[in-house]
Amino acid sequence: MLFDALLLQLGYNATLVSIGAALLGGAAGITGTFLFLRKRALVSDAVSHATLPGVCLAFLLMVSFGGDGRNLTGLLLGSAVSAAAGLWCLNWLTQRTRLAEDAAIGAVLSVFFGFGVVLLTVIQTLGVGRQAGLEGFLLGSTAGMLFSDALVIAAGGTATLFVILLARRALTLVAFDPDFAQTQGLPVGRIDMLMMGLVMAVTVVGLKIVGLILIVALLIIPAVTARFWSERSEQVVALAGLFGAGAAYVGAALSASAPNLPTGPLIVLVSFAFFALSLVCAPQRGVLAAVVQRRRFQRRVHLRQGLLALAQNQPIYEALTLRLLRQAGLARADGVATDAGKARAAKALRDEKRWEFVRRDPANETAAALYDGLRAIETVLTADQIAEIDRQIGGPQEVLL
Amino acid sequence: MFDLVSENGVAQCSNLEEGASPLAIRGLTVSYGQKPAVFSVDMTVVPGQMTAIIGPNGAGKSTLLKAALGLVPKVSGQVRVFGADLIKQRERIAYVPQRASVDWDFPTRVLDVVLMGLYRELGLLARIRGAHRAQAKACLERVGMADFADRQIGQLSGGQQQRVFLARALAQNADLYLLDEPFAGVDAATEKAIISVLKSLRDAGRTVVVVHHDLATVRDYFDSVFLINTRKIAEGPVEHAFTPELLQEAYGGRLATAQMDQIQPLAG
Repeated sequence: MLFDALLLQLGYNATLVSIGAALLGGAAGITGTFLFLRKRALVSDAVSHATLPGVCLAFLLMVSFGGDGRNLTGLLLGSAVSAAAGLWCLNWLTQRTRLAEDAAIGAVLSVFFGFGVVLLTVIQTLGVGRQAGLEGFLLGSTAGMLFSDALVIAAGGTATLFVILLARRALTLVAFDPDFAQTQGLPVGRIDMLMMGLVMAVTVVGLKIVGLILIVALLIIPAVTARFWSERSEQVVALAGLFGAGAAYVGAALSASAPNLPTGPLIVLVSFAFFALSLVCAPQRGVLAAVVQRRRFQRRVHLRQGLLALAQNQPIYEALTLRLLRQAGLARADGVATDAGKARAAKALRDEKRWEFVRRDPANETAAALYDGLRAIETVLTADQIAEIDRQIGGPQEVLL
Repeated sequence: MFDLVSENGVAQCSNLEEGASPLAIRGLTVSYGQKPAVFSVDMTVVPGQMTAIIGPNGAGKSTLLKAALGLVPKVSGQVRVFGADLIKQRERIAYVPQRASVDWDFPTRVLDVVLMGLYRELGLLARIRGAHRAQAKACLERVGMADFADRQIGQLSGGQQQRVFLARALAQNADLYLLDEPFAGVDAATEKAIISVLKSLRDAGRTVVVVHHDLATVRDYFDSVFLINTRKIAEGPVEHAFTPELLQEAYGGRLATAQMDQIQPLAG
């Protein structure tokens, strides 16, 4: 079943949902990356929660004018208006009062959401009859998607991607160094507004699939996942788009593979799986890599300290140092150096003396700055330079290796 | 005492056509909340010179610079850049912010940061070409960081970060360079590299203004001094404005005798 779903073999509706979700996921991942880089990730949570009163009011309005309360375009329009109102309140609170952004987010999020829930309850008690489906905006709907819904999502997602393609350089510059961006003549305030506008667009478009409570996951998780894999912002953005689209596609397919599986939450879980995998396995920033790097570094330090101790006939107290020396065949179990150990130790001590010489002369500042106790002097100076140092400090000219 | 200050200030102002000054500030007041950080300050930067903005911690040095650049809103006052409105002269100014003002874990490489200095040239959409990269590399070369072009910026030391910021400013090829504490917390090699770049800019006729905190190096590095402690204390050539009396006035009791000894003019 799942396999069929992934290959879009589950019929028209499931296919429509999968493709629509993938587009939305990609757009959300890319948009969210800029939010994440600007360190304003949580603003999106306030924006999404602020959509609820708009949805409800739009429904009431459309019903009271005798229309169909569930018209998606109308509901999304309402959600956009109230999200914009929430965003305006948020900006006003952070710019005009002494409230920090986190406090302002908390206030806006809860008040708008609370108001929305009250309206939702009122709609239910009114018994308008056709309100069914509004709850879907909270957690996303499991029910199918109309072709027109898919079109709205596709159009919104494509438009968002297009705008980002145009504005990516400005968005990156503002995220990295807003003060500098402003001195370059960039309208920082308006670029931030554009970013928030895009977030709003993604939120509004995604309401129907993921629901307003979980949309923040679509914006943020792909970005932090992508950050594990790259040190370049363009790549992080592209990867976040891929992760977002992939997670949304797989999540939507999963939910289509069995009855009554919620789409939005499944997308979030798949997205989290990508994140967890990256957290553990990423080559540079991953947890495993960090452990391995740390241990490797620790071994280098111990080995070096051990060699210097051997060279100076000092006792070695640390068990790890001894074990490493023994494993490398540089020392016996009782801590006495082997012949190879003696040679390496002599070289280590010699290098230390050479470094000392380099560091004493202010003219060698650049080379001296590279000294950290571990770096081999051959990687910094040429053989000729080292020979010259040896000539000046005297002692043995040849070091046995 | 007070007469001396105003004398210096007036002398400085009248010497210079306001329109010719790279940066002319009149009656500038900036405040955070109800407390002015900079109060009614006049400043006239002399073209082709290196000027240090000096004052105790919290004296408004960085704020003055930021207000001049329009980065913080001013309560009152006027800023003229090369005799015109700031907005019209942006491309002639390069700003080097304090390096702690950005997140160095940002996913970007050294060369990309320098390329940001070419933003005005590139605009929103133009593709970055080989010529732009070569230009950015040349700027890295000037600050001794050419080997670091492909490094992730998170791997840099504080001094290297500062040099990358300077390289970004060089890429802007500006006429007026404004630097906020470029020597704060950097190693000796970096300090030397930065000052030699700044001096070469000055020798090429550019104007350099630096927020500076190390009184011991003022005489070696700078032509002019702007002493501030919320209000302007003095402004002028180092020999006139950088005197123990004026410094005492700017720093109050906070200036130790040892520091005073360092800044005494050399005999002869």
